[in-house]
Amino acid sequence: MHELSVAQNIIEIVTDFAKKNHAKRVMEVVLDIGAVSGVIPDNLEFAWEVSAKNTIAENALIKINYIEAKAVCLDCKKEFNLDDIYSICEYCLSTRYDIIQGKELKVKSIIIE
Amino acid sequence: MCGTCGCGQSDDQITIRKPGEEVHHEHNHDYNHEHEHEHDDDKHSHHHHHHYKHDHDHTEMNHSHDHDKEHHDHKHNHDHDHHHEHDHSHEHDHSHSHEVKVEQDIMQKNDKLAERNRGYFEAKEIFSLNLVSSPGSGKTSLLEHTIKELKEEMKFFVIEGDQQTMNDANRINATGAPVVQINTWNGCHLDAEMINKAVKKLEVAEKSVLIIENVGNLVCPSLFDLGESKRVVVISVTEGDDKPIKYPNMFMSSNLCIINKTDLLPYVDFNVEKAKEYATRVNHHLEFIELSVKTGEGMDKWYEWLRKNK
Repeated sequence: MHELSVAQNIIEIVTDFAKKNHAKRVMEVVLDIGAVSGVIPDNLEFAWEVSAKNTIAENALIKINYIEAKAVCLDCKKEFNLDDIYSICEYCLSTRYDIIQGKELKVKSIIIE
Repeated sequence: MCGTCGCGQSDDQITIRKPGEEVHHEHNHDYNHEHEHEHDDDKHSHHHHHHYKHDHDHTEMNHSHDHDKEHHDHKHNHDHDHHHEHDHSHEHDHSHSHEVKVEQDIMQKNDKLAERNRGYFEAKEIFSLNLVSSPGSGKTSLLEHTIKELKEEMKFFVIEGDQQTMNDANRINATGAPVVQINTWNGCHLDAEMINKAVKKLEVAEKSVLIIENVGNLVCPSLFDLGESKRVVVISVTEGDDKPIKYPNMFMSSNLCIINKTDLLPYVDFNVEKAKEYATRVNHHLEFIELSVKTGEGMDKWYEWLRKNK
C-alpha cells in the first residue's frame, strides 16, 4: 500500500501551494495518474481519505486523469497502446519497446478558496 | 506507513541502528496536542502528526450565516495568519474559489533526494545496489556469501531494510562488513531520505560497494528511487514463474534479475525460460543470472557481473 506514501506526498504539495496562495481550504485536487505508474487509483482514493484528514485538503474532491500507456516498438518503430505493461507490439509482435506515456504521477492543479 | 493514523513514514518512526544499539522506537499519536506553533513549510515537510491548524471557526457547519447577503459584496483580503473574529459578517458562498496550476511530480521529493544520494555515490565512487524481492527469495543469504567470497577484493557496506528486527543486520555483521539496519515498522519500502541518513551513520568509504537490501516486497519499493547505481531484483524458483508479469513495475525498473535456488528446479514447476520471457516483455534491457546460493552454482557469474559493473 505505497499509495499511502503517495497520498502523503500529494498532501505536502497541495498544502504548500494552498498556503502560498493564502487558501482557506482546498476544494479539489486534479491528478495525472499513468496506467503503468504503479499506483492504483482506487487505492489512492482510499489512502487520500485517510491522509487528508485534519489537513487543509480535508474533504477535497480528488479528480484523477487516468492516462493510457503508449509505447514505441523498437523493431517496427510504430506507436501502439499498451494494454498491460507486458503487452507485445500489435503490429510486429515484438516485445522490445519503450514506454512513452503512462508513467505519470503528477499533481496538475488544485481548486482553493 | 503508520497503521494508526495512516500518516506516511515519519522520521520518528524509522529506526536506523548498527548491530548492538538500543531500540528507541518512538511513535507518538498525540492527536490532542495543541497547535500553537506556526507551520513553516520547510519544517513540516515530512512529518504529519501535527494535523493542520484551522484557526478560524467559520466552516460552513458551525458558522451560521443568517445575515443578509447584500452586506457581503465587499472584497476582503483576509490574511489567515491571524485569528479573525466573526462578529462581522462575510459570506463566502464558495465565490472565492479558484484554480491554481501545480504541475508537480508526486514523487518529486523522493526523486530529488535520490539524485543527491546518486551524486554523493558518484563523487565517492561508491557502487550502490538496491536489492529488491519478495520476502524469502534469499537476498540476505546471497549477500552473506558474496561478502565472504569477495571481501578481499571489494570493500562492502550494507544497509538492511526490514519492518522489524535486527536479524539481517546481525547476519551481515557476522561476515565482518559494516552494516546498519533500517526498521520501517509499518512502512513497506525504503526511501531516499532513509538511505541518506543511513549512509551518514554507516560512514561508507570511497570506492566501496554499498548494498541496500530493501524491504521484502515486490510492489512498493519499485516506486522509490534510492539513488542506487543498479537495481537488482531477486526471484526464487519456489515462486511462480509469472512473477514478472504479476509485479511488472519492479521488473520494469530493475537492471538485473537473479533467479535463485536453481538447485530446487527438479522439484518445482518453475519454468526458467518462461520467467525470463515474461520479464523480457516487461523490460527488454533486463539481464539475467541463474544461481543457487546454497550450492554455489552460478555464483561466479554474479561475481563477474559485480566486477564488471563496479
